[in-house]
Amino acid sequence: MISLSHFRYLLIVPAFMLAFHSSIVQADTLLMARTTQDFPEAMLKLQETIKNKGYVVSRVQRIDIGLTSSGYKTDKYRLVFFGKPQQIKELSDQYPHLIPYLPFNISIFAEGEETLLVMVSPTTLKENAYPELDKMLETLERDVKEIFAIMRQDN
Amino acid sequence: MPSPRTFLVTLFILIAGHSHSIHASEDGALLYAQNCAVCHGNHGNGGVGVPLALPDFQYAVTDRFLELSIRHGRPGRIMPAFNQLSDKQVKAIVKHIRSWAPGKPISFPTITVEGDPAKGKVLYQQNCAACHGTNGEGGKGTGVTFSRPRGLPIIAPALNNSGFLAAASDQLIKATLMNGREGTPMVSFLKQGLSEKDINNIVSYVRSFENQLSANPVPRENELAHTITYESDYSVEETVAAIKLAATGKNFRVIRIQNLDNGFVEENKEDDRKVIIYFCNFEMVNDALLIDPRAGMFLPCRVTVVEKDGKVSVHAINPKWLSYLFNNAELNRLCSEMLQTYISIIEEATL
Repeated sequence: MISLSHFRYLLIVPAFMLAFHSSIVQADTLLMARTTQDFPEAMLKLQETIKNKGYVVSRVQRIDIGLTSSGYKTDKYRLVFFGKPQQIKELSDQYPHLIPYLPFNISIFAEGEETLLVMVSPTTLKENAYPELDKMLETLERDVKEIFAIMRQDN
Repeated sequence: MPSPRTFLVTLFILIAGHSHSIHASEDGALLYAQNCAVCHGNHGNGGVGVPLALPDFQYAVTDRFLELSIRHGRPGRIMPAFNQLSDKQVKAIVKHIRSWAPGKPISFPTITVEGDPAKGKVLYQQNCAACHGTNGEGGKGTGVTFSRPRGLPIIAPALNNSGFLAAASDQLIKATLMNGREGTPMVSFLKQGLSEKDINNIVSYVRSFENQLSANPVPRENELAHTITYESDYSVEETVAAIKLAATGKNFRVIRIQNLDNGFVEENKEDDRKVIIYFCNFEMVNDALLIDPRAGMFLPCRVTVVEKDGKVSVHAINPKWLSYLFNNAELNRLCSEMLQTYISIIEEATL
């Protein structure tokens, strides 16, 4: 029979085990994904996946067009701006220091026949003073990781 | 409410499952896909990172070199240090990388190469500096980077990098100099007419870079603010117009002015008290992307003007934070320039 005091004691061991396992997962500063899809297919899929996750794609910036029109050579290179309307409003109202990073964006560019996606890890913007903000950034990071995982499914 | 026994059993099953997933993650292919493929390619063909599957690379480097490269990375050269991986996981990744080149991996005796670094320095400047840099700082950019036009199929590694020096033994450097690397611009210097003694001298000189290692040039995260913020005594409209004028005066092209929530709400419901001004100098964009093609996520330059409670403020990213994010010392100069440009544009517009 396990007594309550034993029960408490036994909980400490697994708690330490879980804490250790969690701590070995280091935060990445950049979230990245490579897909074997070519750029046009990857671009379509990215926008579709972002929307399916409940976000709005507000705009696509064509970096490559500006570069080539200025005489520089580049493969296809775009920035996909996205967010949730309410989230963008709340973040910009409550956390003005985050404004330069809004709307969030994923850069997507061709590398030969494949396509790369990169985004700054949202949790690198965490501020310990704002637990609610941190929670929101963690959710966003989890969503982006899921989006990238879907993008990798064609590999 | 579950009994303590039921609760404990459930908890241990959960932990067992968690441990199993960690054990399963010692699958080299999976670990490679999770940690390496995005830069080095799914099959090691390279990209932002070097082409690991290149046969002459595979047959010239030791397992130890690969393991230490993963562990130490290349500080300031994009390749991060993978400290979070266990030794077993690192070995599993190396085993997977080795699957692209069947056969026994090369190993070298752990004998220090004896040479004259002073003579090696002269030979280095004559034979190596053109690609690897006068002080061993390596070629600009990294990897093969298919997204940008390159003069070389692969960027010469930084020989003075602490990660490289920790990973590469004297014998490995010597063998590379003697044999070259087929499929890259690295030629055999024996065939180029150098003697083994000359090569030993160069190895000694390269090893002497260890005495000149500077501290990691990439700023630490906590040294840097994420953003730059200024207050403006002018209205939003006046501040936006002044930013536009100041940016144009600094040879930037204003490419777009929009409300922050443009694209998120109906046009007539947009908040015109939060305005983004996008401006660009394509030469600067090109320079940044040549150094690291991923840097485009902070381009084009943008400044946001916000009015809240009757006060107007101006916000921009801190470009120097990029250097921390990208582990790229080469971006430092460019980011410092960008920071000064942001500051001068915003100050001109708000003073």
